[in-house]
Amino acid sequence: MLYSTIGHYSLILGLGVSLLIVFSSVKNFQNSKTVGINILSFTFLQFFFVVVSFFSLIISFVLSDFSNETVFNNSHTTKPFFYKVAGTWGNHEGSLLLWLLVLTLFIFIFILKTKNQPTKYKLLTLIFQQIIIIGFFLFLIETSNPFNYLFPSPDEGLGLNPILQDPALAIHPPILYLGYVGSSIIFSSALAATSLNLVSRKWASHIKKWILISWFFLTLGILLGSIWAYYELGWGGFWFWDPVENVSLMPWLALTTLLHCILVLERKSILSSWVIILSIATFTLSMCGTFLVRSGILNSVHTFANDPERGLFILIFLFILIFLSLFVFFFFHKNEQKVSHRFFWLSKETSILINNWFMMYFLSVVLIGTVYPIFLDVITSKKISVGPPFYNKLLVPFLIPFLLMMAVGPRLKWIKSQLEGKIYLITLLIISILLAYLILKNFNQNILINTVLVSSAFYLFFISSRDFFSDKLKNISQNIAHFGFSLFILSILFNNIFSSEIITNLKVGETFENSETKIVFESLNQKQEANYKSIIANFNIQNSNGDIDKFSPELRIYNQPIIVTSEADIQTSLMKDKFIVINLVQNQKFFNVRYQEKPFMLWIWLSVMLIAIGGLSGLLKRRL
Amino acid sequence: MKKKLLPFLVILIFGIIFIIFYKGLEDTNIYTPNLNVKKNIPIFNSKDFYSDISLKSEDFFEPDKIYLLNIWSSWCVPCRQEHPLLMMLAQNDKINIIGLNYKDNKKNAVNFLQELGNPYKKIFIDLDGTKAIEWGAYGVPESFLIYNNKIIKKYIGPLNQNLINEMKQLIK
Amino acid sequence: MSILKVFLIIFFLFNLNTVKADNQEKINQITKNLRCLVCQGQSVYDSDSEFANSLKTLVKQRLDEGLSENQIYDYLKIKYGEWILYDPELNKNTLILWLLPILIFLTGGAIIFKKFFLNIRK
Repeated sequence: MLYSTIGHYSLILGLGVSLLIVFSSVKNFQNSKTVGINILSFTFLQFFFVVVSFFSLIISFVLSDFSNETVFNNSHTTKPFFYKVAGTWGNHEGSLLLWLLVLTLFIFIFILKTKNQPTKYKLLTLIFQQIIIIGFFLFLIETSNPFNYLFPSPDEGLGLNPILQDPALAIHPPILYLGYVGSSIIFSSALAATSLNLVSRKWASHIKKWILISWFFLTLGILLGSIWAYYELGWGGFWFWDPVENVSLMPWLALTTLLHCILVLERKSILSSWVIILSIATFTLSMCGTFLVRSGILNSVHTFANDPERGLFILIFLFILIFLSLFVFFFFHKNEQKVSHRFFWLSKETSILINNWFMMYFLSVVLIGTVYPIFLDVITSKKISVGPPFYNKLLVPFLIPFLLMMAVGPRLKWIKSQLEGKIYLITLLIISILLAYLILKNFNQNILINTVLVSSAFYLFFISSRDFFSDKLKNISQNIAHFGFSLFILSILFNNIFSSEIITNLKVGETFENSETKIVFESLNQKQEANYKSIIANFNIQNSNGDIDKFSPELRIYNQPIIVTSEADIQTSLMKDKFIVINLVQNQKFFNVRYQEKPFMLWIWLSVMLIAIGGLSGLLKRRL
Repeated sequence: MKKKLLPFLVILIFGIIFIIFYKGLEDTNIYTPNLNVKKNIPIFNSKDFYSDISLKSEDFFEPDKIYLLNIWSSWCVPCRQEHPLLMMLAQNDKINIIGLNYKDNKKNAVNFLQELGNPYKKIFIDLDGTKAIEWGAYGVPESFLIYNNKIIKKYIGPLNQNLINEMKQLIK
Repeated sequence: MSILKVFLIIFFLFNLNTVKADNQEKINQITKNLRCLVCQGQSVYDSDSEFANSLKTLVKQRLDEGLSENQIYDYLKIKYGEWILYDPELNKNTLILWLLPILIFLTGGAIIFKKFFLNIRK
């Protein structure tokens, strides 16, 4: 109880410090040469209070202090220590504390570490960020307080959802938030720079680090979410175009586009309006995503508590931020085309413009697909679903020119360029097409579209590999990232085309056999664990080479609450994953068995990590 | 003029989006299927629970009589909770309760009825769940109020006293 | 002669297998497009709930009866509403859904094109 009180008052103090910060920043705005040690201290103090609050919540979880309503709802005495800690941010209130943690941390580092930028700019960024921070403090304290007091305090908690007890799910929110919430800095500083008319090459160089940091963590965060879904949820998929997934993808698309544009702004003074718009859009999409997921307006897999009252608060907060940004943009931004910049067809600027064009299209597809059912429901009361077929149909065809442009674009020079190495380009194109055709010709489905897709991906793959070896260290981060992307698309395509699945019903002792695989249902064990009973099915699976693997998928019957989960047994190797899951069939003695062979799964994860590393190397390179 | 138009247009669009989201919040997110549309009952064939004789639904449901089709199983926990209410409702002459035994084992189902009583005038069997889908059901338990070969009301989930009272009002 | 018969029977059985395999493909394709209505965000193909399993059986039965994919979708739309389909069909309700992204793409293209046109003339 003590810790809840500390946590609660810490939040209130933090809010108080926000007001102090805004007040002193406004006061010092006109005359200061530097930010001033007092404002810097206040920023640190605010961060400190949030840290204290956050740790109070963690301690409450670890101690299983059920007088705290959040702990009561989301924890249990028998939860392992690691998951008690992770449970802190695995719920609505705690995750909002995580929001505040990242918001206050980033602005503190920003104020501390930003050199060579005007004081007014730093103060104004601070003020804009405080608007966001104050909004979240109010949201937390008014509608989502993690420190609500329960009396009498229960002996045991409710929160033992087994699906949430997983290592990937434990670190997914912090990493994701560093990216997702971290884009708030980009938002605030873009607004500040616009108000002061500072959007320029110098500003671009400065903000680029923050964009890279945010982008890096966002990429990893999304990856972790997919990895969790694959290993834990038991249906062998890793991306379902579920609203919650889309909501993390949209800021990523905007941020990636922004990253490309900032490269242009850094060298030439063009695209400044567009950079501002993208900076605003990225964080706005993050906030919009938070709204969509936590308000109960959409139906999805995520298990956040839905509450329309909270939804209303976020909605109003979101639109305050939107209208504020619109005001700043339209009022302060002067579109100065001082240097009439000549665009030539064949130039790096053009290729980045085309990248923007396609990325914005991809973003609009995901946004419209996610939000349209809401609009339709409100206007016509008709309810429809928008699922994977929609996204596949609209996105996949456009991937082809996109991949090709990704291969050719980076080789172009600024302003005006000749396409060098035409012979290489054409040769590698032919090789790509031939290779794709050879690999795919025995698989009859959709052979044309698959061949074209695989060829384009191969093309990017070969071109970026060749560039890696010929360009030495000139543009290594972009090179690695694009190469990683080609590998990503190739892995997904091959995984899609070459996956196989067997679905059958088997009793203990029975065998299933086809031309490539023999599945023997050997035996069944039962085990009693602390909070669940486990039924383990033992299988021997023999492939066409005669190798036998043993698998043991499980069914777990939890007792409080009564949930039956299916734990897949996944054996990962470099070239393919073997995935088996069993399910009870009501009232029958047999089990439903699903066995999948999924090639290149590991490469999907590795390629995304490679993309992230590409970005990271861009960050580190500047330090050298 | 054009320069002034663009900001105004953008603000207008965002204003509309705000209103739509606001209205969207007032709806619940869980798809509540239209429970009141008067649809015709499906035509289906099924086996009688006790006698195993095939029955055709068209032969069975007479117009001018009120039926309650209740989908149940012995393995369904909420079905146990609603069963006493069904037993009480069975005593009402105006309504005929029909059962659809869903994906069940005959022995377990018989035991269930022996333990809790049999309110059903007749029971159909649905071994694979497809008959329930004919009715547009989502699972167990689920009940349909039928009159004149039309579905008057659909109840998803176990019945409770409130719903029974409401049903009694409708029957009048 | 009897060897030929045996051979023919085996040949026939093998073909039956491929016919069944095609049917399974079709069932998978259809059930991937159906929303599991009692789950939170899973397709009928992915889900193992009672509802999903019943639907899989139903789809198989209907396919065996000779119904086409669209006929099965129509049948289920009558029972459960358009919400059950993941692929929003192109009708007056979803016109904007499908066309708006394309429109945005074309607008983006037009803007870029204009930028060139204006600059080249200078």
